[in-house]
Amino acid sequence: MRLARLIRTPHMQTRWSTAMATGSVLARAHSALGAEDLERFESIVGRANVITEDDALEAYNTDWMRKYRGSSKVALRPGSTQEVSQILAHCNAKGIAVVPQGGNTGLVGGSVPVYDEVVISLGRMNHIISLDEHAGNLICQSGCVLETLQDYVATRGYTVPLDLGAKGSCQIGGNIATNAGGLRFLRYGSLHGTVLGLEVVLADGTVLDNLTALRKDNTGYDVKQLFIGSEGTLGVITACALALPRAPNSTQLAFLGCNSYEDVLRTFIAARRDLGEVLSAVEFLDSESLQVVTEHGVKDPLGAGCRHYMLIELSGSNEAHDAEKLSTFLENVMEDGSVVDGTIAQDTAQTHGIWRVREGITEALSKSGAVYKYDVSIPLTDLYNLVDEMRDRLAPLGAFVTGFGHLGDGNLHLNIYTPGDFQKSPTVQQAIEPFVYEWVSSRRGSISAEHGIGIMKPAVLHMSKTPEIIDVMRSIKGSLDPNNILNPYKVLPPP
Amino acid sequence: AAAMRVLVGVKRVIDYAVKIRVKPDKSAVETTNVKMSINPFDEIAVEEAVRLKEKKVATEIVAMTVGPTAAQEQLRTALAMGADRAIHVVTDAQTVPLHVAKIFKALVEKEEPGIVMLGKQAIDDDCNQTGQMLAALLGWPQGTFASRVDFKDDKEVHVTREIDGGLETLSMALPAVITADLRLNEPRYATLPNIMKAKKKKIDKLTPDGLGIALKEHIKTLKVEEPPKREAGIKVESVEELVDKLRYEAKVI
Repeated sequence: MRLARLIRTPHMQTRWSTAMATGSVLARAHSALGAEDLERFESIVGRANVITEDDALEAYNTDWMRKYRGSSKVALRPGSTQEVSQILAHCNAKGIAVVPQGGNTGLVGGSVPVYDEVVISLGRMNHIISLDEHAGNLICQSGCVLETLQDYVATRGYTVPLDLGAKGSCQIGGNIATNAGGLRFLRYGSLHGTVLGLEVVLADGTVLDNLTALRKDNTGYDVKQLFIGSEGTLGVITACALALPRAPNSTQLAFLGCNSYEDVLRTFIAARRDLGEVLSAVEFLDSESLQVVTEHGVKDPLGAGCRHYMLIELSGSNEAHDAEKLSTFLENVMEDGSVVDGTIAQDTAQTHGIWRVREGITEALSKSGAVYKYDVSIPLTDLYNLVDEMRDRLAPLGAFVTGFGHLGDGNLHLNIYTPGDFQKSPTVQQAIEPFVYEWVSSRRGSISAEHGIGIMKPAVLHMSKTPEIIDVMRSIKGSLDPNNILNPYKVLPPP
Repeated sequence: AAAMRVLVGVKRVIDYAVKIRVKPDKSAVETTNVKMSINPFDEIAVEEAVRLKEKKVATEIVAMTVGPTAAQEQLRTALAMGADRAIHVVTDAQTVPLHVAKIFKALVEKEEPGIVMLGKQAIDDDCNQTGQMLAALLGWPQGTFASRVDFKDDKEVHVTREIDGGLETLSMALPAVITADLRLNEPRYATLPNIMKAKKKKIDKLTPDGLGIALKEHIKTLKVEEPPKREAGIKVESVEELVDKLRYEAKVI
């Protein structure tokens, strides 16, 4: 759909809206931009950091999956917390809506405008402020790319307590704003625990400096927790302090094949029992997922045609001990038939090759057809039943179903795709929703384990949170952002 | 076809992905607590040998290494990939190609293989000499930098080599020494049943003295240094400034 050029004068108050990928037109209550707003932005960040060309704006307006597309006319690239503060103060006073944006790798459309909200990109704010090697703390600006941080702290014997497939593009501010989970959640836990401090700019430009790096600090309400997972709707994160675990001296990685989901569960329970304290990742993928990823250049390590596959990673302090532990564990699970085949990575090349199998699925899916993506938490015993039922429902429509995810966290990534067909189909959509959410809700699961709500799921938030809780969320939002300028239309459903 | 034994040489080296550090006393590279792996080109040589056995060209694969006790891990990797047994010549001395070639020659004389396969070079010293020296000591033909190996029968092998101008194919009589280059094959992942079986396969332990080989040091390492840090580049405003900098700072014109 072509976007018309808007000619503005300080006297015109033209409203402009674009039909949304969600199909519904949400009520807009924000001001449009005038020339004096652009001038003010230029005076804050400099002309070079005010983006207004359509070509350049394409990237800011479109999400990674190319599923959601906004029509913002302005993207700003501030270079400091002060600049963010000044931008927000201005926007709050004028009622101009904004979307804070990091690496724009989110999977629920939370990081792109719905209409013409001004995009505030944190990408220029990518300085590492300090690394305390004794305490194991990192303080950095929110625009730092995750992989850059990982490489930096690795040289000093530390690791970032977070890892995910998008690491080459996602930024730590976005990770924190979405409370990203990832591949090592099993070992390092949630960002709610590992984020020690934050610097946040509120809607009215107030800078909250809670950038301390203390492990223990019980002094009043832990306000920073509100912003972790708030998806940019309560404040803009500009800097953070992270607790860093020591980098392990040794890692072991096994890739295993199982004949049934029951065998997968049996193997996981045995792993937790026998490898417990050194387990750092337990991932699973079904043969449908393996097929998709191997169709896009990734090598199948086993060529064994198993029903399900698991990745089990150990991180410990002693290579010989951990290799021994893994070896004994594998002998046991092979003996009782839970595992029918597998391999242990012999060197870094094989370690990368095996991780590529799990981390490459999302990208391979996006190249295979239109993808309908769901991220749910379900009790472990029930987890794969959802995939089987969806497969039955969708086979007649020619859609394929893949299931993979963080088995250790009970987190299933259910991905349905139409091979060779990149057009979204309402028939397929209707066969999936609301069935999938009702299924999850009936088992008291989460309709969004780690991806968040964004623009995709406000309408089903009530399926995992009671009305009373949603009301408390609304009152917090109303208190911190009374003019609703921070990432409007996201997370909370309209009242 | 007659029985043909393949001897494959492997080396324990620092894993290719590790960031190399020089010891503070500049005597050597830091290896304590550093991840070690099989030399990638040797892994390719083992894979080729295993494929020869699967094609029934080879009847037995013997992996061999010269190195410290821990090097047996790399022999286990080779055994897990499909080697039948292994020979470990144990020494803590820093190995150099000439010594390894002499030791391998002694093993060749014991084992009488039809083919010796090695990686083209080790990624720690980048010498690219062992295969060539071994062939010369044995008086055997050599097919180095192999990107393809075709056995015509049990007397002749065609080796395609990657050279600067393109690809060159040589024909040579067996027995011969072949060294593997990157594109020869993509090594397999060792599967669990094979990894378990490998624990029970035989590794014979020998010593250089036991083979009658004296490891006389011909070369002494004086100093190991990191390369100079790369300076940040600069942008110049004009051609005149560029010429000025080339002449007076870089001193290249």
